[in-house]
Amino acid sequence: MDEISTLLALGDTGWGDEIAAGVGVTLSLALATLPLGLLIGFFIALAKQSEEPTLRLAGNIYTTVFRGLPELLTLFLVYFGAQIGIRELMLAMGSETSIEINSFFAGMVALGLVFSSFSSEVFLSAFRAIPRGQYEGGQAIGLTRFQTMRLIILPQLIRIALPGLSNLWMILLKDTALVSVIGLSDIIRQTGIAARVTKEAFLFFGVACLLYLVLAILSSVAIGAINRWAAKGDTAR
Amino acid sequence: MSTSPTAVVNERIQPALPPPLVARRWSGTRTVGWIALAAMLGLLGGLSLYLILSWDLELITKYGPKYWQGLQITLGLVATSIVFGAAMSLPVAMARLSPNRAVGALAYGYVYLFRGTPLLAQVFLVYYGAGEFRPELQSVGLWGFFRDPWNCAVFAFALNTAAYQAEILRGAIQSVAKGQWEAAEALGLTRLQAFRKIILPQALIVALRPYGNEIILMLKGSAIVAIITVLDLMGETRRAYSRSFDFQTYLWAAVIYLLMVETIRNIWERLEKHLTRHLRRDG
Repeated sequence: MDEISTLLALGDTGWGDEIAAGVGVTLSLALATLPLGLLIGFFIALAKQSEEPTLRLAGNIYTTVFRGLPELLTLFLVYFGAQIGIRELMLAMGSETSIEINSFFAGMVALGLVFSSFSSEVFLSAFRAIPRGQYEGGQAIGLTRFQTMRLIILPQLIRIALPGLSNLWMILLKDTALVSVIGLSDIIRQTGIAARVTKEAFLFFGVACLLYLVLAILSSVAIGAINRWAAKGDTAR
Repeated sequence: MSTSPTAVVNERIQPALPPPLVARRWSGTRTVGWIALAAMLGLLGGLSLYLILSWDLELITKYGPKYWQGLQITLGLVATSIVFGAAMSLPVAMARLSPNRAVGALAYGYVYLFRGTPLLAQVFLVYYGAGEFRPELQSVGLWGFFRDPWNCAVFAFALNTAAYQAEILRGAIQSVAKGQWEAAEALGLTRLQAFRKIILPQALIVALRPYGNEIILMLKGSAIVAIITVLDLMGETRRAYSRSFDFQTYLWAAVIYLLMVETIRNIWERLEKHLTRHLRRDG
């Protein structure tokens, strides 16, 4: 027991502060990806429920591709693909400098692509749960299409989509672990380094699992609070 | 049935013409739609064009067979994990539904643990953690099992998918109406008989779609075994890339994974249609 507390201590002797920094990286990556994924997902859902067949087709291609690829492969495609793409672009412009892609940025883009393709499905089924009369009602009282969307549809949409989106958040939190593979110092990478140095793999990966569990529990508390806030309007009915 | 002789219709009454077709108005949405589609097809077409233009027979003959081996390992890994996971999920689901509080809590803890942590962390815990218990494992003769990364991956995957499948099964069993149990009891069936012949067939239909999703998730998740040196499709891809520095190695892997996922999805859709044909009202 004594041994474990020294191993996990903060400061130079233990690994506590390194791992805490990893938790920070994991959380900030997930939090940075969330708005990106939600925004793209919302627009993809709009495209998929549009009356315009070209938009629907484009939306469906996007979801099929990014839901079907393994997350790890998407990450590599973004990470290496962007690097090669930028190098080619620089060569075409006559410059020899090579630019390293930031692994945080690559992770954010890759996870955002995956998250948005899943969240677009959640938004789509939420859109379908809103009756047509709501749009017509908005039009009848003279709101523009944008106003109808913002004032009438969106508040209801969020409430309906919330359970599905909170599931996706939990998945996103776990998927951030993959970014350790391209060198971002998240929970897994930090505990992995500690495990290699101290030869206490079971302890440190166990700690990693516990930390993810704590993040999941904290998230469900937060989601519960958001749910209560969103359900406030329901009591009136 | 009397017809008056004076009211004879001599002329054929022409049916009214349909209203003229109005051309769909060119709208802003339509422009955006075409631009989006063009961008999407441009990207996909560009990538395909890149694959065709950089068609390298040497590369294909060198790594093609490796990819095939990797694919077989991926499929074997996923199939083994799913089967073992399914076998383990049944007792877990039973425990979740058990009226005994302690048993239920234990099963819930198991499910929460495996669903709340990343699969990668679980695989690392098993693969690197097992090395630490080498003397103990050797004394019970299990070291040979845990030394092989493939075995470790299957071990972790099976435990993981068992937790997910147990939840699928539990949800499905709970979705069967209580009256079904009562009716079976009224007919004099034992609880086991009622479960096997009445409840399970109905539950499995509810569980069909989530099961399909779980198989696809497992197939996609299996790519992470490449990190613990298993040469599955992803592992072979990484190796091919590190030797050739040719980006098309990753693109080919993407094509193969997409084809696999779409195939499973289509097979599953047909299976579901076939198995639920008695529930459809049309035809």
